Amino acid sequence: MPEPMGFFTDTTVCIGCKACEVACKEWNQLPAENGGIRELSGDSYDNTRRLDGIHWRHVRFIEQFKGPYDGRWLMMSDVCKHCVQAGCLEVCPTGAIIRTEFDTVVIQSDVCNGCRACIAACPFGVIDINPVSGTAQKCTLCYDRLKVGLEPACSKACPTDSIQFGAITELRTRAQKRVDQLKSQGVKAELYGADPNGALGGLNSFYLLVDQPEVYGLPRDPQLPTRNLAMSSSLSVASAAVLGVLALVGLRKRRMDDMGGPGEGGSN
Amino acid sequence: MSDTFFSGAPHWTWFIILYFFVGGIAGGACFLAAVVDWFGGPEDRPVVRTGYSVAAWGAILSGALLTIDLGRPLRFWHMLFQSANVPALMFKGWSPISFGAWAILLFGLFAVLSALGGAAEEGRLHNPALRAVGGVVQGGLAKVVGGVAGLLGIFIAGYTGILLSVTNRPIWADSPWLGALFVASGASTGAAALILLAPGRGATEQSLARLSAFDTKALVVELLVLVLFVASLGSVNRVWIGFWGLVLLVGVVGLGIVAPLRLHLQRRPLASAAKLVLLGGFLLRVATILASEGIERYRVAAGM
Ligand code: SF4
Repeated sequence: MPEPMGFFTDTTVCIGCKACEVACKEWNQLPAENGGIRELSGDSYDNTRRLDGIHWRHVRFIEQFKGPYDGRWLMMSDVCKHCVQAGCLEVCPTGAIIRTEFDTVVIQSDVCNGCRACIAACPFGVIDINPVSGTAQKCTLCYDRLKVGLEPACSKACPTDSIQFGAITELRTRAQKRVDQLKSQGVKAELYGADPNGALGGLNSFYLLVDQPEVYGLPRDPQLPTRNLAMSSSLSVASAAVLGVLALVGLRKRRMDDMGGPGEGGSN
Repeated sequence: MSDTFFSGAPHWTWFIILYFFVGGIAGGACFLAAVVDWFGGPEDRPVVRTGYSVAAWGAILSGALLTIDLGRPLRFWHMLFQSANVPALMFKGWSPISFGAWAILLFGLFAVLSALGGAAEEGRLHNPALRAVGGVVQGGLAKVVGGVAGLLGIFIAGYTGILLSVTNRPIWADSPWLGALFVASGASTGAAALILLAPGRGATEQSLARLSAFDTKALVVELLVLVLFVASLGSVNRVWIGFWGLVLLVGVVGLGIVAPLRLHLQRRPLASAAKLVLLGGFLLRVATILASEGIERYRVAAGM
């Protein structure tokens, strides 16, 4: 069994060139949206806006400007987090979503029937339907390339090594070094998803951020969808029990009725 | 801000809304039919037969709606069998869609058997094969089959709410009350459907009055759970400021719960109250689903 593999994305060196987005689209033969006629966002240089079934990488542009000369751009190449505890995999009712030998999460397109449970289950909004296949799709961490010893297309194409591919344990050490370096320079750098004891058992695609997670469109404390299962089921059973008793009391045959007496259920 | 605002909308729209509504009615009506079947009197048989029919047709319609909603409808069976490993079964007890797929199949089976039994009882079956099946589902066996159908029915009415909660979407995953709310709505809309349809099969005034008395109580429970649901949403409630909040308040609470309650209490014609209950049940699904569907993650991230 190979080691768990993944990405460490250092957002401080991302220059927003979108080479990763293009490389991903090319390697995975993902179609253009709307026949290539892209609707511009109109309020941002980010025109991809989100990850979906035909955008498995998305370079997020966060424009923090107070005035024309006062501000900064944060850029982050977003992708499936290949969660160690993955919500998408947890709920998938067809078994299409699997964990691979590289500890990554992959949707088998020939099994998926497009029920879309995984879309709502992913805490990060990663998955969507690919209109060509009619199935849910997302980053595979280039499972096909990993199989033959190649690194994923995006990290291969990244000209600044903002996206680094490797064994998770090694990436974590490297990431911590980078955080220490930035902190010594006075930058407020934090890792997101690098802690194996943290949310979702750690993310196999983790990030170095210099602002709050929410600013990057990332939930602060991502959780599994089944956290609600026990409570929601118990309350449903309780509700059913109450209604069951009401039905039993109200709909059963009553002696009063037989005798034609005035009962609650009498004619009106 | 709740962490649910960073997830993606699954595009569960009209087919799913209709399914939740129809499944609720079918499940609720079946549950009530089973209660009456077990504990009611002989004069209540028309209600029982109507309930099982509603359940059977509702289950069939539900299956059809769920299938056409899939991105790949012909692969619907992948939820029941492991597609690369047939005939191994596909089942995940912790995934509501997975156990729901099995539940709807079994519910359909038991509801259709019960409906055939009821139709045979009325002598309405002309097809010899169906008549033979209906003829078997009589007496004690019919009660057992109907009882199982009724239990599966109330499950079908409620698991759809649990399904919404077992996600990471705004509103749905922010409250544990949706399942309970859909159970109550299933019961109230199921009773409403019976009030509207059972007279056609000869239901007595007395059975209908009992149903309406039950519906009144179910509406009160529904209102209570709805209040608890909204209270549990906390700060997420700001999503209701807008069109869907209006639908929830005016359509679901006003037209769907308070108005029929008044009609029931004033002993006005049962049918108009029942129609309002059905409208309210439908709008409840519309508001809870579309309010969440409309929240787009990239807008949230951009602070819009
Ligand atoms: S980020 Fe979303 S799609 Fe990727 S493994 Fe986690 S839950 Fe699944």
